[in-house]
Amino acid sequence: MTTPKEQLPTPTSGLLHDQGYRHYGGLRAPHGQAWMVIARMHVMSALKYRPFLMLLLVAWARVIYYAVRIYVSSVSPQVPTFFAVNPGLFQEFLTGQGIFVFLVTIGQAGIIADDRRANALQLYLSKPLTRLEYITGKLVPPMLWLLGVTWVPAMLLVILQVVLSGSFAFLRENLFLLPAITVASFVDSLLSAFLILALSSLSKSRRFVSVMFAGIMFFTFGMYQSLRAITGSRWWAAIAPGQMVDVITAWVFRARVEPLVPVPVAVAVVVGLIVLSAVILERRVRGVEVVA
Amino acid sequence: MPPVVDLQNVTVRYGTNAALRDVTVAFPSGAIGLLGPNGAGKSTMIKALLGLLAPERGQMTVLGLDVRHAPLQIRRRIGYMPESDTHIPGMNAVSFVAFCGELAGLPRSDAMQRAHEVLYYVGLGEARYRNVEQYSTGMKQRIKLAQALVHDPELLFLDEPTNGMDPKGRDEMLDLVRDIAHNKQMNLILSSHLLPDVEYTCDHVVVLDKGTVATQGPIAALKGPGGRVFELRVKGDGEAFIAALQAAGLECHNTDDDVMRVFVPDERGAPFLFQLASKQHVQVRHLRASVPTLEDVFAKAVGES
Repeated sequence: MTTPKEQLPTPTSGLLHDQGYRHYGGLRAPHGQAWMVIARMHVMSALKYRPFLMLLLVAWARVIYYAVRIYVSSVSPQVPTFFAVNPGLFQEFLTGQGIFVFLVTIGQAGIIADDRRANALQLYLSKPLTRLEYITGKLVPPMLWLLGVTWVPAMLLVILQVVLSGSFAFLRENLFLLPAITVASFVDSLLSAFLILALSSLSKSRRFVSVMFAGIMFFTFGMYQSLRAITGSRWWAAIAPGQMVDVITAWVFRARVEPLVPVPVAVAVVVGLIVLSAVILERRVRGVEVVA
Repeated sequence: MPPVVDLQNVTVRYGTNAALRDVTVAFPSGAIGLLGPNGAGKSTMIKALLGLLAPERGQMTVLGLDVRHAPLQIRRRIGYMPESDTHIPGMNAVSFVAFCGELAGLPRSDAMQRAHEVLYYVGLGEARYRNVEQYSTGMKQRIKLAQALVHDPELLFLDEPTNGMDPKGRDEMLDLVRDIAHNKQMNLILSSHLLPDVEYTCDHVVVLDKGTVATQGPIAALKGPGGRVFELRVKGDGEAFIAALQAAGLECHNTDDDVMRVFVPDERGAPFLFQLASKQHVQVRHLRASVPTLEDVFAKAVGES
């Protein structure tokens, strides 16, 4: 620092590549829209990633099977019970999509972790956007993909049923079906999206985040099964988020099965996990990492 | 002209450690150097001004806007080049800079057009379709400058912009900074611990030391209107000689190379130094006259004498 100036290389002029910097006089968007920019960037990036596209396509393969069931049921009224179209078919479809919800969620593991690895948080938060906008922008893409493999195909199956049967009779008889599909899909998607965002904010490695998410889902399920086998109590299901989503799904579809835990408990667990994730995000998404 | 940045009694703490202590300082428009040794609080001050760190107490305004109440309006009008390596993963340079422009509120097409322009301006025109993660350190510094410029801010915060650059790249970066400040009518605050960088690019300087403002003012004024600096290398009792110099009212400090820099504020020149050395029975082995530099100002301000 105290080296004489004469001994240091003196900056030379005339090395500029282009002096043509121009001031900008165009429009600027009002505040509050940056989350859309972030969300769009992530959606476009994901669409360029072929393995992720393949996963989405595979997730839609089950739609074909259920569409065939609906078609067979509509052309032949004397179908076996197995092919009968009832609300249970849609519940079964959504529950079966669970594996794709899991895989698609894993595919979003790097959504904040990559930013942390590249020190991008300070870059984002030095722009005119709030932390809430940043988190919203990061939440939207996983929500889109998750609803894209749950709510969208389920709704298409309902539309297919109406089109093929030529009447709204089925819907009139099951007025709860559309809200049920919507609530079940959103609960599953929201919980998965919040969990992966929170976990992603805790690490700089997307691989580690994937392992953590898989660990949480499998470990809690394994713990529940073990503790239930040991104690005989179904209440241990409350430690497994996936089981809680299934309880809520069964309830909104009016399934005639005894729930593992009372529905309010399942709702409380899901809401608690979402709130916990939000708290983690609030603490971890900062432009400056303070190590006190 | 009102100050572009104004801090009043600002204290920022990391836990129990105060990084800024009751700082009151005003940054005028133009190119301002924020000087200080590592850990002086330069980056903390910038992050507090960006609203990324909340001060424990005090008031801060940037471009006349209160940082606490209008952080988004401020961030829309400023550009920030962080010190550490930073990028958005998986993007090429033009997409990255355009994305930053969109985040700052530019429409998509304008952001893309501006991205191309500023990438050419910072010297990355030919490499703009390469993934940022493959860039060299010097190129990463340039792209950080490009993303700070893309939305045409009124005020630029540059945090150690020449860090890790080779001499040629450093010169080019300093030329860019100087051009932005002097030809593009953009205010900038350049945080650095490199005195020549600040002296080359800035007109005004704020020196921070241990979280407080050690000195501030126009560089020319701080260097002093008159006087000369002599670089001396002596053989003999150096400490006694320094004491004699100080007793004679001269400022003196040692450099890393055993060269002492003596500031003579009046007409007394080299003969006086020789006389003083003779009286102290010290041999003058080397004497060279130079003009006062920012280094002298800095050394005096942070107490290296």
